[in-house]
Amino acid sequence: MTPEENFMRKIEAEEKIEPKDWMPDTYRKNLIRQISQHAHSEVIGMQPEGNYITRAPSLRRKAVLISKVQDEAGHGLYLYSAAETLGISRSEMIEALQTGKAKYSSIFNYPVLTWADIAAIGWLVDGAAIVNQVSLQRTSYGPYSRGMIRICKEESFHQRQGYEAMLALAKGSPEQKAMAQDALNRFYWPALMMFGPHDSESAHSQKSMEWKIKRETNDDLRQKFIDQTVPQIEVLGLEHPDKALKWNEERGHYDSSDLNWDEFWSVINGNGHCNRQRLEHHIAAHDEGEWVRDAITAYNEKKRAKKAQNAA
Amino acid sequence: MSVTEKLELFEVFVRSKRGLDHKHVGSLHAEDHEQALEYARDCYTRRSEGVSIWVVKSADICASQEDDADCFYDPSDDKPYRHATYYVLPDPVNNM
Ligand SMILES: [Fe+2]
Ligand SMILES: [Fe+2]
Ligand SMILES: [Fe+2]
Repeated sequence: MTPEENFMRKIEAEEKIEPKDWMPDTYRKNLIRQISQHAHSEVIGMQPEGNYITRAPSLRRKAVLISKVQDEAGHGLYLYSAAETLGISRSEMIEALQTGKAKYSSIFNYPVLTWADIAAIGWLVDGAAIVNQVSLQRTSYGPYSRGMIRICKEESFHQRQGYEAMLALAKGSPEQKAMAQDALNRFYWPALMMFGPHDSESAHSQKSMEWKIKRETNDDLRQKFIDQTVPQIEVLGLEHPDKALKWNEERGHYDSSDLNWDEFWSVINGNGHCNRQRLEHHIAAHDEGEWVRDAITAYNEKKRAKKAQNAA
Repeated sequence: MSVTEKLELFEVFVRSKRGLDHKHVGSLHAEDHEQALEYARDCYTRRSEGVSIWVVKSADICASQEDDADCFYDPSDDKPYRHATYYVLPDPVNNM
């Protein structure tokens, strides 16, 4: 059996591919692209939520938000580490992010205007991420799959805390309810875009499906999210933003409006409200953190010298 | 050279329960074994997912071609809000 045949045998038998296994170069490249993009999304996603830690409406909400942001940092680390098993370094990935060579989820380029947006992000953005990540638990690359299983376990509170905060607003004063509705109206569509372009437009989809990097198509995952969100909006007592939404008995799914794909591509290509700001902030934070990394190195060198001295 | 290049890469293994084997959970950069152990605790055991951690220098691993997995530890009892069950939601949407 050739290495290539053995690789395909494992894929077909639902066996995981591990770092030291032989794999086609394009499989490796595809994975590096997808995993690093996923890692960057976790990290950039901390910015809008981090901005609201000082403005959370209660101590409880503040503690919850800190916990969530802390988890997202952890998710970034899990994913960067998984990508590193494929032979790319952390600094190469960060460089690719900062020079715009690597992408991150477009959802984080939409502005966050009110506390209700933070609630909507937990509920809808993490909710959409979970649908995708649940599917990726079965991805063929071992380290990515294990990272996803861990992340999914941690994610469930993210969506629930967001929905709970949304529920508090939706059942609150008329002003609060209006805030909740406004946040839903603005975040619903970009959340649907998180699943990526239609399968027919998706450059990487087919090979990724063959190699079981991806297990379900963009459109199937999006449909799952559309369906599960309908009763959640009903319980909130809010209006559904999609006026064309309609149950299709035959398909067993909701039919819905098509998305604004011009907006999708425009935001991906750097023209969203916050693209520039997000990257500038990441670069500034990275540069301003240089002294911390230097201090770690200096401290470690001192410790090493001390150890050597003691040993002498 | 960036700090991650100066530090060593360690593989982290966590035993979730006595009687079970240590499982691979991931890797991290650290200066030495002691520091790797502390980082592993902070990074991989925020939800009492383990009773014991191993850290091994990645360069010291001689690998046959096989698997790993995940788990954890560290009492975060004063942070119940990290758990999904902390959030009470109406029945029709409680499956989220
Ligand atoms: Fe996420
Ligand atoms: Fe996350
Ligand atoms: Fe999350």
